[in-house]
Amino acid sequence: MVALEDYVARIEETCGDEKNFIVIFKYDKKGEVIAKILGKAKKEKAISTIIFELTYDNVSFRLYGTGKAIFRGLKNKEELKNFLSKLIM
Amino acid sequence: MLDPYKIREDFPILKRKVNNHPLIYFDNGATTQKPKQVLEAIKNFYGKYNANVHRAVHTLSQEASELYENAHEKVADFINAGGMEEVIFVRGTTEAINLVAYSWGLHNLGEEDEVIISLMEHHSNIVPWENLSRMNGFRIKYAGVNEDGTLDYESFENLFSSRTRLVCISHVSNVTGVINEMKRIAKIAHDNDALLLVDGAQSVPHMPVDVKALDVDFLAFSGHKLLGPTGIGCLYGKQEILEEMEPFHGGGEMIREVSYNPATGRCSISWNDLPWKFEAGTPNVCGGVGLMEAVKYLEGVGMESVKEHEVRLTEYAMERLRECKKVKVYGPRDVSSKCGIIPFNVDGLSSHDVALFLDSYGIMIRSGFHCAQPLHQRFELKSTARVSFYIYNTREEIDKFIEVLKELERF
Repeated sequence: MVALEDYVARIEETCGDEKNFIVIFKYDKKGEVIAKILGKAKKEKAISTIIFELTYDNVSFRLYGTGKAIFRGLKNKEELKNFLSKLIM
Repeated sequence: MLDPYKIREDFPILKRKVNNHPLIYFDNGATTQKPKQVLEAIKNFYGKYNANVHRAVHTLSQEASELYENAHEKVADFINAGGMEEVIFVRGTTEAINLVAYSWGLHNLGEEDEVIISLMEHHSNIVPWENLSRMNGFRIKYAGVNEDGTLDYESFENLFSSRTRLVCISHVSNVTGVINEMKRIAKIAHDNDALLLVDGAQSVPHMPVDVKALDVDFLAFSGHKLLGPTGIGCLYGKQEILEEMEPFHGGGEMIREVSYNPATGRCSISWNDLPWKFEAGTPNVCGGVGLMEAVKYLEGVGMESVKEHEVRLTEYAMERLRECKKVKVYGPRDVSSKCGIIPFNVDGLSSHDVALFLDSYGIMIRSGFHCAQPLHQRFELKSTARVSFYIYNTREEIDKFIEVLKELERF
């Protein structure tokens, strides 16, 4: 049974008023995760394969080719994890 | 003049790639990279000299003790302290400030007293005082900051009263790089019979700092920000003040005698000499040795040269940042009044987006509040991106940084 933890190495809540969540995907899974996300989310804009502005389920986020993503407007880690489950599982 | 290309040869980490790009390390305000001389000193200590200090008569302990004491002497000399009695090794700047708060402040600040802090302080020079104020009831007054990030000296001077006992202020802001006029601040503090504690975390690694010339009462700084290992830092204090202070931590090493009195059922304790009175328990001996080597390295380069190199880089970076139309730089434009730190934002993007994008190209910068939320509130900023330079950074690295920023502006 595949779990979210198999893909996510770390979640960091950023300091500052913006309350963003930065998700760092596991290095050996980053290609798979990026492909899954790009397959599901709507691409708004991008610079090559370096940065993607995406939306999924009314949530806007940015995905980086390095296997990191920054999520805005989510209330807490639980909401983020639920969202990530829908996005990559 | 300093040669950054020659210096880079001493830093193994600068040879690595990050995300398939050569590493460009612009997060020196957070921590600095380590030269091979420091790495070798650490390895050499554990390989040849490791023993507990001041505890045993055997040869290894004597050698380790001598190294650890030499480290104190070297650091004392580096900041022109009166001697190693005035140099206490701690974990870092934060612990040094907490030491003053709980060893001096706890016993000397009461409900009638006032402490002056500035709005540009790192949280490490705010939180200990706010915490202690809740315990002891003294009042904290915050000095304002001008639009360009410099200290508002008029408002600062107006905060003093006959109740002012202590001024706690950074020598260099970790957000804007502004250099505060420490001699002027020391004179104002002392004219008002207040002591002065200086957070030197961003000054000691980047410019010559002479505690006697500046006439500061306490100076706190970290080893890891000046090429040394993490977990070691320093509190300088004037000897006459340190002698009067109570110890911070209790335990071995910091005592001369712990004598049990059967009549009272208690132990009477006498303190060890300075600086050991403030270094309870087995100290970070290897950290001290690494710090000594880092100081030797910086002395070899020359602190005037370090400052000059950073000023040149900052000048160049500020000039090139003007080419980036969506970039807004904060802090003073006059490079002569600041160190090599530049805070900025890119229009329409969070500082974290900027940092993540640059990371894709192997460029490491900091984003967020940089542990200085009140200063960001002062400028109504949600966060900032920050580049901070050191001796191994080059103009070519700044060129690459600008090239990537320009690409990000297209997003």
